[in-house]
Amino acid sequence: MTVLFGQLFTGISIGAVLLLIALGLALTFGQMNVINMAHGEFIMAGAYTTYVLQQIITGAGWSLLVALPVAFVVAGAMGVLLEALLIRRLYARPLDTLLVTWGVSLILQQLARDVFGSPNVQTRAPEPLTGNVALPGGVTVANNRVFILVLALAAVAALTLALRLTPLGRRIRAVVQNRDLAAVSGIPTARVDRITFFVGSGLAGVAGVALTLLGPIGPTMGTNLIIDAFLVVVVGGIGQLKGSVIVAFALGVLQATGEYLTTLSVAKVMVFIAIVAFLQWRPQGLFTLRTRSLA
Amino acid sequence: MSLIRGRRILAGAMTLVAAAALAACGSKTTDTDTAAGVSADVSGDTVKVGLLNSLSGTMAISEVTVRDAILLAVEEINAAGGVLGKKIEPVGEDGASDWPTFAEKAEKLISQDRVAAVFGCWTSASRKAVKPVFEKNKALLFYPVQYEGLEQSPYIFYTGATTNQQIVPGLDYLKAQGVKSVYLVGSDYVFPRTANKIIKAYAEANGMTVSGEDYAPLGSTEFGTIVNKVKSSGANAVFNTLNGDSNVAFFKEYTSAGLTAASLPVVSVSIAEEEVKGIGTQYLKDQLTAWNYYQTTPGAANEKFVAAYKKKYGADKPTSDPMEAAYVSVHLWKAMVEKAGSFDVEKVRAAADGITFEAPEGLVTVDGTTQHIAKTARIGKIGADGLITEVWNSGQPIEPDPYLKSYPWASGLS
Repeated sequence: MTVLFGQLFTGISIGAVLLLIALGLALTFGQMNVINMAHGEFIMAGAYTTYVLQQIITGAGWSLLVALPVAFVVAGAMGVLLEALLIRRLYARPLDTLLVTWGVSLILQQLARDVFGSPNVQTRAPEPLTGNVALPGGVTVANNRVFILVLALAAVAALTLALRLTPLGRRIRAVVQNRDLAAVSGIPTARVDRITFFVGSGLAGVAGVALTLLGPIGPTMGTNLIIDAFLVVVVGGIGQLKGSVIVAFALGVLQATGEYLTTLSVAKVMVFIAIVAFLQWRPQGLFTLRTRSLA
Repeated sequence: MSLIRGRRILAGAMTLVAAAALAACGSKTTDTDTAAGVSADVSGDTVKVGLLNSLSGTMAISEVTVRDAILLAVEEINAAGGVLGKKIEPVGEDGASDWPTFAEKAEKLISQDRVAAVFGCWTSASRKAVKPVFEKNKALLFYPVQYEGLEQSPYIFYTGATTNQQIVPGLDYLKAQGVKSVYLVGSDYVFPRTANKIIKAYAEANGMTVSGEDYAPLGSTEFGTIVNKVKSSGANAVFNTLNGDSNVAFFKEYTSAGLTAASLPVVSVSIAEEEVKGIGTQYLKDQLTAWNYYQTTPGAANEKFVAAYKKKYGADKPTSDPMEAAYVSVHLWKAMVEKAGSFDVEKVRAAADGITFEAPEGLVTVDGTTQHIAKTARIGKIGADGLITEVWNSGQPIEPDPYLKSYPWASGLS
């Protein structure tokens, strides 16, 4: 029983990480149909921001809290720059964005290597996040995992509310559903695109901060995550935030169950097979929404 | 690029056959020429040696320091007049934590740079990838990291520990501490899988049980499930063969789950001082390691080594077992070359048996048959300062036994 709950929590925490890395992508890929391969490098930028801040601010606790907004702005600014310089010219050709942003991702990796060196670096976790909480029944949940879960849910809540309740959110949804109509209605679509990209990329930066609590920070950390992030968004249904949320946790629990019953490598294969099977059955993903088409 | 240009020129000249073209390209960087095949180029005042380490990727955390130690040895030897009157010229390549890249770079070092010997590799996967390259070209590799044994190549000198000099003493130590059951955690590739096969055979013969066995892909950072399994397995100790910075994620998760050295000790065979610094001592305090050398190992040779290393790379840089083995490799190669009176690979190999060196870890002796060296085994405990202090040693160097022939329980393994 203890093991069952322990594994359930592991699955949920894997899901929380998946959700956090996929959330920004749910906006830029899901809502805007831009295939941004450099999204992983925005995550990396967030992680390195945490590292840099920790060098400057010595208290690990403070530096992590400061890192959250700073990483959001740093990664967001990188996203806006990418949007303004390259992606803006490619909205009509979504598949080309894949190649262009892949090139950008390689450049950013090399840049990270030049600035921070090739060996991976680590940060210290703040004291309160290193321990764990013992629940009745012998189950322990790690504080850093709880923090990531809370962060992921808070980010989803903030994003959902922003999209539903704010004028900006309404504009974003309007542009997503019908760009031309939105434009003739007087919505500055180019500006909306830029802001959407800022928020989506900024969320990647926040994910990067969270990931420093779990493992090392390196130039290629983004490449390991980008596939998982795309899978969550595609399976969840493009343009559907709730799809990403459900799928992230479902894949997390599936992964944890697979790992427990078999091995880490086999579990990964199981997850891929499950995804392929699911997409055979529902190619459009869990939920669907009419958006600017990919084709 | 230069290869293409070289070929084009040659094709234009139409004087050489295609086979000669490659040799010609290789010799462009040197002043000689036509020596057949890929024998080392020793015509000038210098002799080139290759450095093949991962300077990027998941293994860089460990391998960069190995390269630094090799360069220190090269510098020392050059300051003392070089080898056979020639200065050593190091040629470095980045294996990038990627096994095909290692093989490609090994080929480049041998046939294009025409080095006299190559020092490097860390993971067994990288060694297995370059092994055929060295055997085909009859070139020398000095491999400085502890490994899973069960291997012997005429063109590789193994200066790290084989299993009977590290893993078996580690298990003996656990047994003496009353450990009845161990959990095996490793990276998913050749070293941990083979090492764990040996550990399971040992356990069976020594009344221990293996309560679980799990592998994570190299570079993996998700250890929640493995830590859960370890925690509920009832094991008395964990034997850790994870490599690279997966250890960072593993120990963070381990500590977060409330496990400590006191509640469930971990013996690691791939974490040395440099990795301890990278992982963070707060996650590793009092955990155990099995190696042949620590920065704290007593002796004049080590004091000199540590001082020289810190002088060159900084006072905060620790020395570690693989670094020491790499440093020793260069000195052993020098001794072999001088005994042979030649850089010729076959002559160097023939001269190897019985070569000794007063290494930082103590006297080491080359065994010409297995091309491994006799080493003292040391179990250490990780301190809050990031250094490892010895809690047990084997008293004297242990003869290498890569195929574990002297252990009846290991008869089915090789």
